Amino acid sequence: MSRWRWFHLLASPPYVYRLAERLAPWIGAASVLALAAGTYGGLVLAPPDYLQGEGFRIIYVHVPSAYIGLMAYVVMASAAACGFIWRIKLAHAVAACTAPVGASFTFLALFTGAVWGKPMWGTYWQWGDARLVSELVLLFLYLGFMLLRSSFDERDKGDRVAAILAAVGVVNVPIIHYSVEWWSTLHQGATMMRLDGPSITLEMLIPLLIMIGAFTLCFAWLILRRLQAEILDRERRTRWVEQLVTGGAS
Amino acid sequence: MNAYVTLFARDLKLALRRWSEFATPLIFFVIIASLFPFALSPEAAVLNQAGTGVLWISALLSSLLALDGLFRTDVDDGSMEQLILSPTSLSLLVLAKLCAHWVVSSLPLIAIAPFIALSFYMPVDALATLIVALLLATPTLSVLAAIGAALTVSLKTGGALVGLLVLPLTSPILIFGTRATDMAMNGESAAGPLYLLAALAAFSLSLGPMTAAAALRVSVE
Repeated sequence: MSRWRWFHLLASPPYVYRLAERLAPWIGAASVLALAAGTYGGLVLAPPDYLQGEGFRIIYVHVPSAYIGLMAYVVMASAAACGFIWRIKLAHAVAACTAPVGASFTFLALFTGAVWGKPMWGTYWQWGDARLVSELVLLFLYLGFMLLRSSFDERDKGDRVAAILAAVGVVNVPIIHYSVEWWSTLHQGATMMRLDGPSITLEMLIPLLIMIGAFTLCFAWLILRRLQAEILDRERRTRWVEQLVTGGAS
Repeated sequence: MNAYVTLFARDLKLALRRWSEFATPLIFFVIIASLFPFALSPEAAVLNQAGTGVLWISALLSSLLALDGLFRTDVDDGSMEQLILSPTSLSLLVLAKLCAHWVVSSLPLIAIAPFIALSFYMPVDALATLIVALLLATPTLSVLAAIGAALTVSLKTGGALVGLLVLPLTSPILIFGTRATDMAMNGESAAGPLYLLAALAAFSLSLGPMTAAAALRVSVE
C-alpha cells in the first residue's frame, strides 16, 4: 500500500498543486537557460546551410514546435483517456490545459513552416505535403476538442465527451497522414526538397537538440502553471483553496 | 440479433413516414452540385475536371446534414434511455440505427449520383466505379457523422459543431473516393483506392458503433 502512495497522491488536487508550485520555477528557469543556449547555438554557432543560407535557421523554432504540437496531442489524449476510464478528475484537468498549449505550438509550426516554405519551395503552402496537411488537421482536432469541451454547461460531461473525441483523433491522425502521403505521391513526384535529404551536420544538430529539449521544458512549465490555475478553478469551492487564497485567515 | 432487426425495422418505418427528413439532404445534394457550374464555368472541359470533386464534396456535406438528427429524436422522447438500459449491447443497436439510416439516406443519394455525374460530362464507363466507390465510402461517412451526432446530442446547438468535429476526419474518404473516380475516368483500374475505401469501411464499422455508443452513454447520463 505505502509503495503506491505517491501514485494515489497524484490524483489529489492539493498535492499536485503544491508539487507544481515547487517544480514550476525550476523547470521554467531550466527552460529559459536552454532556450538561450539553443538560440545562441542556432543563430551564431551553427554555420549557414550551403543551399538555403541563413534561411534554414528557422528550423530551430519550426521542428521543436512541430514536435511539441504532436507530443501535446498524445499527452492530452492519454490524460483524457485516463480521466475517462478511471474517472480521475485531475486527468481531465491536465487534458483541458494541454489543448490550448498544443494548439498554439501546432499553429506556430504551421506558421514558421509557411515562412520557411516561401524561400525554400517558393510557396507558402503545399497541399501535397502530408506533414503540412496532418499538422493542419491536428490543429482542427485541437480546436474541435476545445470547442466541444467548452460547449457543455456541466464541466464533467464536457470532459468525458471531449475525451472520446480525443481518442477518435488519435486513431485518425495516422490514417489521414498516410492517406495524404499516398495521394501526394500519386499527384506529383517528390519535387520538393526534403530536410532528410542531405544529412545534417553535428554543429547544426546539437543546437536543434538543445532547442527540442528547451521547448519540451517550456511546454512542461506552461502545463504546470496552467494546471495550477485549472485546479484552483475546479476546486474553488473547497476548503483548501479558500485557505490558500485567504492565507488561512478565515 | 432480434433487437437489431426490430430497431432496424422501426427506424426504417419512422423514416419513411417522415419522408421530408430524408428528402431534405438529397435535395441539398442536388442543389449544391448544381450550383457549382455557376461558380466555375459552364464549359465542358472545366466541369469534367471539377466534376469528381464537386460530386464528392456534395455527397460528404449532405450525408453530414442527414445524420445530424440521428439520435436527437430518440434522446428527446426518452427512447434512447430505454435503448441504453436494454440488455442488448448498445453498439449493436447503434449499428442498427446506422444501417436503417444508411438505407434511407445514402442509397437514394447513390442512385442520384450517376445522373449528376453525367451532367458533369463524366464518361459512362466510369459510372460503375463511382457507384461502387460511393457504396464503400458512405458507411464510413455515416459512422463518422454518427460519432459527431452522438458527441453533440445533448447540446442545443449541435449542427455546426458536428461539421467542425467530423469534416477534418473525412479527408481520407475524400482522397480515396475522388482518386477512384478519377482513375476510372482515365480508364485505369481503380482497384487500389477501392480496396482502401473498403478497409476504411470495415475499420469504421467495427470501431465506430462502440465509440458512438460510449458517447451516447455519456451524453444521456
